[in-house]
Amino acid sequence: MTDSVGRLAPLPALAPRLDLKWLVIGVAVALVVWLALVPLVFLLWQSFLTPQTAAEPARYTLENFRTAYLSSDNARLFTNSLQFAVGAAVLSLVVGTSLAWMNERTNTPFKTLFFALAIIPLVIPGILFTVAWILLGSPKIGLLNLGLQKLFDTDAVFVNVYTMAGMIWIDGLHYSPVAFLLMSAAFRSMDPALEEQAAMSGASILQIARRITLPLAWPAALGALLILFVRAIESFEVPALLGLPVGIHVYTSSIYQAIHQYPSEIGLAAAYAVTLLLITSLGTYWQSRLSRQGGRFSTVTGKGFRPRTIDLGRWRYLTATIFIVYFVVIVLLPFLVLVWSSLQKFYSAPSWAALRRVSLDSYRAVLDHPQFANTVWNSVVLALGTAITVMLVSAVIAWIVVRTKVPGRWLLDNLASLPLVFPGLVLGLAIMVCYLYVDIGVYGTLWIIFIAYVTRFLPYGMRYSSASMLQIHKELEESAAMSGASWSMTFRRVVLPLLKPGLLAGFIYVMIVSVRELSSSILLYSPGTEVVSIMIWELWQNGQYVELSALGVMLIVALFVLVLLAQLAGRRFGIAET
Amino acid sequence: MGLLSVRSLFTEYANEGGGAVKAVQNVSFEVPEGKLFTLLGPSGCGKTTTLRSIAGLERPSAGDIEVAGRLVYSSEQGIFVAPNKRNFGMVFQSYAIWPHMNVFQNAAFPLEVRGLAKTEVRERVMRVLQAVALDDLLERDATKLSGGQQQRLALARALVMEPQILLLDEPLSNLDAKLRDRMRSELKRLQRDLNLTTVYVTHDQSEALALSHEIAVMNEGRIVQIGTPRQIYEQPADRFVADFVGMTNFIGGTVTALANGRCVVSSAMGEIKAHASEGVRKDAAVIVSVRPEDVELSEAPPAADDRDNVCKGTIDAKDFLGDYLDFRVKVGDVVLLAKAHPSLRTPTGDSIYLRMKADKCVVISSR
Repeated sequence: MTDSVGRLAPLPALAPRLDLKWLVIGVAVALVVWLALVPLVFLLWQSFLTPQTAAEPARYTLENFRTAYLSSDNARLFTNSLQFAVGAAVLSLVVGTSLAWMNERTNTPFKTLFFALAIIPLVIPGILFTVAWILLGSPKIGLLNLGLQKLFDTDAVFVNVYTMAGMIWIDGLHYSPVAFLLMSAAFRSMDPALEEQAAMSGASILQIARRITLPLAWPAALGALLILFVRAIESFEVPALLGLPVGIHVYTSSIYQAIHQYPSEIGLAAAYAVTLLLITSLGTYWQSRLSRQGGRFSTVTGKGFRPRTIDLGRWRYLTATIFIVYFVVIVLLPFLVLVWSSLQKFYSAPSWAALRRVSLDSYRAVLDHPQFANTVWNSVVLALGTAITVMLVSAVIAWIVVRTKVPGRWLLDNLASLPLVFPGLVLGLAIMVCYLYVDIGVYGTLWIIFIAYVTRFLPYGMRYSSASMLQIHKELEESAAMSGASWSMTFRRVVLPLLKPGLLAGFIYVMIVSVRELSSSILLYSPGTEVVSIMIWELWQNGQYVELSALGVMLIVALFVLVLLAQLAGRRFGIAET
Repeated sequence: MGLLSVRSLFTEYANEGGGAVKAVQNVSFEVPEGKLFTLLGPSGCGKTTTLRSIAGLERPSAGDIEVAGRLVYSSEQGIFVAPNKRNFGMVFQSYAIWPHMNVFQNAAFPLEVRGLAKTEVRERVMRVLQAVALDDLLERDATKLSGGQQQRLALARALVMEPQILLLDEPLSNLDAKLRDRMRSELKRLQRDLNLTTVYVTHDQSEALALSHEIAVMNEGRIVQIGTPRQIYEQPADRFVADFVGMTNFIGGTVTALANGRCVVSSAMGEIKAHASEGVRKDAAVIVSVRPEDVELSEAPPAADDRDNVCKGTIDAKDFLGDYLDFRVKVGDVVLLAKAHPSLRTPTGDSIYLRMKADKCVVISSR
């Protein structure tokens, strides 16, 4: 009797107690698995099913993949998609790299101002940028055509955006700031001593560029190209607005069409989506391998140095002009054309007659629109909810990944970043299918859009959170524990406040991308749960261009204010780490 | 028995290749109440791991850690008290001053998490900040403190909760040389005044010698020698301790005679009368360790009794270092390092007499 008690006694002390830390870690893991993996499984499963009709239940089939791969259209679809994505990525990279080089490596005047301006295009939602360029470059109503026709007194069509080249031009231009930012960082972190050493060895400027600068920038450029390629092949707005009307199909627009035809072919859409997912996964995998290998080429020294700039002499006026032209083409023209169109009652080209008809009626019409208040409310609630959820969840995950020694934490990190490979449309489709079958009452509500946004933007949140977490010295937390603070107290009083600048920046970024989001929402919204980007889409489908322009102008201004707030907040709450 | 006792501590962790790194092996020591105990050793010797195990920031794989009769860790009984429940104060190498709080908030944190009343928090924080002379900087942002002020704030934060023991992880290593000396004596005064049981980790032998009641020298995860600063310096247990703690001359040889804790070693520079440490056997191959300052130089033959070693050598090189001179003296094939007063002006190449007291020549087994 006493013997058995004596043997049992030490056991309770060994059993791990359930404390808050483990509960939080468990919930985070379960949440990430649910968000990132479950819809993927449903998508795969759905791609092997026939359409479900009233007469016939769904059954297993390979027909979807047969249609997707073996039909005669497939080759065209595949080459179109690649052509579009490669074209747009290369255009972005060439434009972005040239601008980055001029900005970082030359003495072009006003370049600090330019750096601030170059980021503005990222604020303009893709659908508005596309619509603006249609108003500029459409063969019938495009202002560029009308202007040139008037100038040369002819009927010839000079510019036509309803072509593959037009699609590449608009999409490539819209994302050139991404290339600009990536390549600026690469140029900035390059140790100028490497180039100076080459100069001391007797190399000319051209030889230095060819033998030293380019090989050093090459891994960064290839990485940027892959990022841009993946992004372009996911692009929905441009192919849908420009490609579909003239029959230039790519994967994203085909997925959309397969769902929106009658009867809708969800299985076929899923098969296309699986294919697209394979391409984006390959691209992302290659890019991440490249950036890991990049350690070999590491150009970041961590030393504070002032990069030497090249004196361009009189050529700097040319580079300054290029900057101005770029800004006009990418920001001023699209925005002004939207402003002009928003001031008209019916869309018409600028003329003295039209100028006399300028009015604010379209703004009034948008504000009086029966859906308007509800739509804005939906967008605001979704943006706030998504940003709060994403930043909280990613802060906890980043903490687990960076700080703890929980086994399998690398898996958690990868899972949380997995949604990066989901094109918005594919994610929308997967989530739609998932919650059609798992009926927990979210289908057709704002919740399903919320789930899609959280999944889609979790990787962005992770990036902000891990980066700030890595900057916090481990001992700052340990000293809180030594002071007697429990885990939750330490997280609340020390970790979160220190993460605040990073979390706030991430919060505003996630809000901006949530408001802009279209490609996931378009498969998930129902009457009553429209968001602003969907309202723009519907106005476009109805041909209400002036109302669309008015709504667009208001949206761009609102997003711009958000960006200003973000930069202000970054300065206000920035803590100097010493 | 000590206030803190660490018994047979082992710590292992997996390295990146999946193999086990034996960070700490069979480490045991006792720290009596009110004493300052130092873990001294080169980086990677396991001293910080040992300290963090006492703190509870790291979980050892085996052993016991007991403080004032309370087991805070025991592998056998499955006890592991979380660091926030141990009530030990700690000063980290980086000081870990929270940059989002001011001086007062940093120091008040340990009391606030214990749920103390506002007035009591204020009173105790003021008292401890006064002790470290930071009471006029209450509202100062933590990021605007100098290195020395940060160090004192970290100390205040560790002391404010009146910890059972104080753990210091290389607290002076981030300061510049002059400030380090000042903070060292201030730390010593505070520790002695408050009678705080303290474990101190450092790789700097002069810090360890100046501050400690007792020192444990660690190497490759094990404690090599425990003793008072004088014992460690004057009677190093092995070659590693002699070499790590201060400069020394090593002379190889064989024990030819052994009696009453004294022995005679035959070496390349002749016979050396020396102090025999434990475990020295006759005919064993040994090393004799002599500190440079114990090699006395003179131009005239020195007075010597039968406990002194006297021999003649030639000056090979000398360096003037201000407060003393470094001589390299060749005796036979052996080159000895000697410290001498700057008044000794014998030129290089001349011959010179050396005297080494037998007590200062320590015989170490040469394995």
